[in-house]
Amino acid sequence: MGPAPPHPALRADLSPVGRGVPRGTIALSHIQPSMIESIVPETDASGPAVRLRGVTKTYDSGVAALGPLDLDVKSGEFVSLLGPSGCGKSTALRIIAGLAAPSTGTVELAHHDTERRGSHRIGFVFQEPTLMPWATVRDNVRLPLKLARAPATDAEMRIDAALDQVGLAEFAGAYPRELSGGMKMRVSLARALVTDPDILLMDEPFAALDEITRFRLNNDLLTLWRDLHKTVIFVTHSVFESVYLSERVIVMTARPGRIGAEFRIASTEPRGEEFRTSAEYAAFCREVSHALAPSYAGQAGA
Amino acid sequence: MKSPQDLIRFLLPVAVFAAGLVLWEAIVRTYGIQPYVLPSPLLVLKTLVADWPILSQSLGVTLLTTLEGFVAAAVGGVVLALLFNQSKWLEYSLFPYAVVLQVTPVIAIAPLLLIYLQQQTAVIVCAWIVAFFPVLSNTTLGLNSVDRNLAGLFQLYGASRLQTLLFLKLPAALPYILGGLRIAGGLSLIGAVVAEIAAGSAGAGSGLAFRIAESGYRLNIPRMFAALLLLSLAGIVIYGLLALVSHLLLRRWHESALGKES
Repeated sequence: MGPAPPHPALRADLSPVGRGVPRGTIALSHIQPSMIESIVPETDASGPAVRLRGVTKTYDSGVAALGPLDLDVKSGEFVSLLGPSGCGKSTALRIIAGLAAPSTGTVELAHHDTERRGSHRIGFVFQEPTLMPWATVRDNVRLPLKLARAPATDAEMRIDAALDQVGLAEFAGAYPRELSGGMKMRVSLARALVTDPDILLMDEPFAALDEITRFRLNNDLLTLWRDLHKTVIFVTHSVFESVYLSERVIVMTARPGRIGAEFRIASTEPRGEEFRTSAEYAAFCREVSHALAPSYAGQAGA
Repeated sequence: MKSPQDLIRFLLPVAVFAAGLVLWEAIVRTYGIQPYVLPSPLLVLKTLVADWPILSQSLGVTLLTTLEGFVAAAVGGVVLALLFNQSKWLEYSLFPYAVVLQVTPVIAIAPLLLIYLQQQTAVIVCAWIVAFFPVLSNTTLGLNSVDRNLAGLFQLYGASRLQTLLFLKLPAALPYILGGLRIAGGLSLIGAVVAEIAAGSAGAGSGLAFRIAESGYRLNIPRMFAALLLLSLAGIVIYGLLALVSHLLLRRWHESALGKES
């Protein structure tokens, strides 16, 4: 599969988000070259959609949770952050989204070039569906547009489109409690997509689902990614899921989370159920698992 | 009534009630107890019918007081909780006094209020004092129980404070608010009754509680029982109405209002 064409909105230059403390030049010495098993060679003409420099997170208790972390994600790229629980991968995602402030370092996101009301640069999907139980599926998906006071007719069209994309058009009037876990996750995805974001941040979204449902959602997510050309940063603790979905897998170390290894999953076979059982897939998984092993070293029960 | 089990659950307390009445009636007749000591249930019922004009008027007065106290408690409790939620300083400054009002027995405050306020106002204030705290504390709890990730989502999409309040915090707090209101309904009746009794001794008033006190002085025990019965029924109806409102508002989405089978 070739690289996805860049999103037109992302050609614009990088604009600082204005969060965190700029640190000027960041020493890269903390990542030893030997730790990086594979560097992504190709660079797209359009700049990175997300750029992290020297991002760290230290909690008030003094516990260092993350970093320093340097990360570039190309526009239209599907990147997985893979690591053990507590390695700070979710924290990294929250920092990118602006839901948490980094202790040091900078976050830059590609300029979101649209005047359309209710458009948003980032869509976020949490581990839990995080739906409003008092609102119907349709009203849940409408939320970002309502908060941005998007024009009503435009909003209705976009809600219809988003529900279509996740295959829930028939359930628009249902309440969250009436849906299965997988369907709730689809609503959550539709809500993230309704703002037509450039960047989709997903925090272990399918971790709580049964395997069959997870596989189906994996495939649907890949289809959406191909069709919509979003930049996706996908946090997971599943080697298999990360290899199956991503163009690039970033293996993180145990706390404080840093980049331990990077893999480009340049599969020759198209992603799909066939790929899941292929030798190529198994080989990637073995390699990634091997790189992940040190992150679990010393942990009880590892 | 879906199953025999449900029918039994409904019939058992009714049977106990009927048996109690029959036993009461039998004891009064057997021992020839005078009505000013213990009236029989039948006599209470007769008195209720005979005194209906005076009792119904008193019932209306008490219910009106209760309603006014309840509305004041509901509005006051929710508004205060919203203010506390918006400003920690306000909460730190005022919350201790809300607790003080709550823990001081209203029966002890009522005579004071009757000195400084007009009687009708004092009665409503009493009902308010007793009833507002559960609304305040439940609403506060509800506003603080918002899903952290949902709050993050509102932050991500740049929601204003007002939007977060209207579209997130208030709906999330609704089940808690309704729980508080259900308690407040019964409490505002209690507040009204306490204040009426306190005011009654000051010489005026015509609520049901006043009728009870008055009948006591006159040894009109059957009317005391009849008024008590009305008060009790009023409390049950208030609770039932509020439970119904709560059910209607929450039935589509909240766990508390869902049937066991779903």
